Amino acid sequence: MVLLNNRNIVIGAALTAIFVTLALVSFVYTPYDVTGVDIPNKLKKPFSNGYPLGTDHFGRDILSMIMVGARTSIAVALVAVTIGMALGVPLGLAAAANKGYLLDELIMRSNDLIFAFPSLVIAILITAIFGPSALNAIIAIGIFNIPVFARLTRGAALSLWQRDYILSARVAGKGPARISFEHILPNVANLLIVQGTIQFSLGILAEAGLSYVGLGAQPPIPSWGRMLAESQTMISFAPHMALFPGLAIVFTVLGLNLMGDGLRDIFDPRIRRDKS
Amino acid sequence: MTFFKTTFTAAAVLMATTAVAKDDLTIAIQLEPPHLDPTSAAAGAIDSVLYSNVFEGLTRFGPDGSVNPGLAESWIISNDGLTYTFKLRTGVKFHDGSDMTAEDVVFSLNRTQGEESTNAQKALYAGIADVEALDKATVKLTLSKPNGSMLFNLAWGDAVIVAPESIENIKQTPIGTGAFKFDSWTQGDKIDLSRNENYWGTPATLSKATFKFISDPTAAFAAIMAEDIDAFAGYPAPENLPQFEADPRFQVIVGNTEGETILSTNNKMPPFDNIMVRKALAHAIDRQAIIDGAMFGLGTPIGTHFAPHNPDYVDLTANSSYDPELAKKLLIEAGFPDGFKTTLKLPPPSYARRGGEIIAAQLRKVGIETEVSNLEWAQWLEQVFRGKDFGLTIVSHTEPFDIGIYARPDYYFQYDNKDFQALITALNAEANPDKRSKMIAKAQTTISSDYVNGYLFQLATPTVAKANLQGLWKDAPTQATDLTGVSWAE
Repeated sequence: MVLLNNRNIVIGAALTAIFVTLALVSFVYTPYDVTGVDIPNKLKKPFSNGYPLGTDHFGRDILSMIMVGARTSIAVALVAVTIGMALGVPLGLAAAANKGYLLDELIMRSNDLIFAFPSLVIAILITAIFGPSALNAIIAIGIFNIPVFARLTRGAALSLWQRDYILSARVAGKGPARISFEHILPNVANLLIVQGTIQFSLGILAEAGLSYVGLGAQPPIPSWGRMLAESQTMISFAPHMALFPGLAIVFTVLGLNLMGDGLRDIFDPRIRRDKS
Repeated sequence: MTFFKTTFTAAAVLMATTAVAKDDLTIAIQLEPPHLDPTSAAAGAIDSVLYSNVFEGLTRFGPDGSVNPGLAESWIISNDGLTYTFKLRTGVKFHDGSDMTAEDVVFSLNRTQGEESTNAQKALYAGIADVEALDKATVKLTLSKPNGSMLFNLAWGDAVIVAPESIENIKQTPIGTGAFKFDSWTQGDKIDLSRNENYWGTPATLSKATFKFISDPTAAFAAIMAEDIDAFAGYPAPENLPQFEADPRFQVIVGNTEGETILSTNNKMPPFDNIMVRKALAHAIDRQAIIDGAMFGLGTPIGTHFAPHNPDYVDLTANSSYDPELAKKLLIEAGFPDGFKTTLKLPPPSYARRGGEIIAAQLRKVGIETEVSNLEWAQWLEQVFRGKDFGLTIVSHTEPFDIGIYARPDYYFQYDNKDFQALITALNAEANPDKRSKMIAKAQTTISSDYVNGYLFQLATPTVAKANLQGLWKDAPTQATDLTGVSWAE
């Protein structure tokens, strides 16, 4: 199996699987209630009785919070990437099919417009206007995924449109929409999967950034970014409060990036040709 | 060898400067004032910088909250309590060099009541029917009815004496009579004050004082640790205090404030218009857990809207003791066996944000679901304070002796009790101390047994300072950072 021979993919997938598992398990089981507050047990050190990763300043179990936080991060990033793909890919296909026409210009110039803004700043603006919540974070991050996928799809599709089999499809009487979905899309899917993995890790970072500044998921829903923000003033005497959510972010993003790199090694025709 | 030369010179300069006793101070506070006129805005940050340092009133608060002579050196109150004759100090000059006279007092007090006055405490001085300058150094105040707390009211930062010619630019260039004069304001960063060499009283020991504005707790911690600042009044992160206490470079002074921290309840919004629901709310809250969890133990539990260090305080905490079972029972009686949903809108300070999370968890235990939203101050003032669009909120009421707000039915928590309003009216007119004490006790009991708000704790104010700094106020009887008596120990 090609996938398993790639070390990046194996390590990356393993790291990602750990956090996905934690997130899934958190639906049915967490060691403690993450919305409960238990002041007498606050700031317990890691490995102390019953608290493998210690507790935070409200006496909440950090392991449980990381588990539910994984759910928040993954859900936000996943939905944001889905939004980006669902809107970006058709736009990119449409632009490629209408290359040189008004529609193409319209789509690509709007993309440029969105690209011109620093994404996190606009995300902050969106959540500041519509109020902070996980949903608004998803929308904000999702919007910035649209041009990424649109541009990637258009670029790849344009070169495919020159191929002979597309020409024969056109001769056979298929319309541009049908060709786009039946012949172009399957051939850009590989690229989309690679990009999707990378956007997914960026989405997790963006969610952490937004909730760090208080604009992501709102309390009492745990989120890694907010856990970091809350630990800030206590870092000198309770470093575990910052360490574990920090590690969670690092390892998830690392895992996804490794996986993305590995997938590109396999899928990207240019790289594959170099190796052979 | 230029390198060695310069290092030696630098070292020599360094030694020379350390040999001279330090006589300047950099002190940080959390909030920056929006402008610099204490007589036209409610923002406490203005008083934090300017009260007593730059501006003085006829009377002034002492460090213990007592009312002492300020620009008036003595006064005579007529037997009917309607006329106050103030004898002003002589030789008092404003920082621009002009004399402070009775005319300035008349101008300042009349200004509080003017048509365009935006004085935050206009109501406190509404009872002043007439202000008259009898001569250059005597002012007569005539009240429309006796007011037992007039001298106290005059000590507030809202009644400081200002120079008529300075009014136009007062918001940028405040000119007062205090021991420090205003030098410059770098917006977003600091305000510089320097010693007033022509001060009428004991001159300040410090030659320069700089107020820095640091609201971020992490930045505050770093600034103290790096010794960029000499002191922080109202340090924002109580969790760091043990560290400063253990560090020989610093001292930690924990003082009382006039800040009653309450779970403010919208008394007009169902279901909080039902006293049973409010009572259930009061019993669902574990104050000690909030003090320990949000304030790391800093703060005194309160059972009513009154400062525990005040001699007239009545301890009513037992009236709303933590009893979740009773709370559930009360909710059933009130017709909410399955609880209900409401909003909890939190302003930025950590007592509110952290306290809010703890309260939300406690309320959830008795079946009350809260939708928590974190607001910036401007949003909070707009939505909660002015818009009254909230179920619950947490805020600290830092004005001294402010139980009178419960007599204002249009105040944001909208408590409307005719008997209470009559009681406060009578209290304001009463001058006899014994009778006043009884009425104050009755007022406290009334709002406690009406469960108007959830009474949490009296906010404490921690000051972190270099170990050899002396003369800072321990308590905060009013919003002030009085530096007139501050000095460096040898």
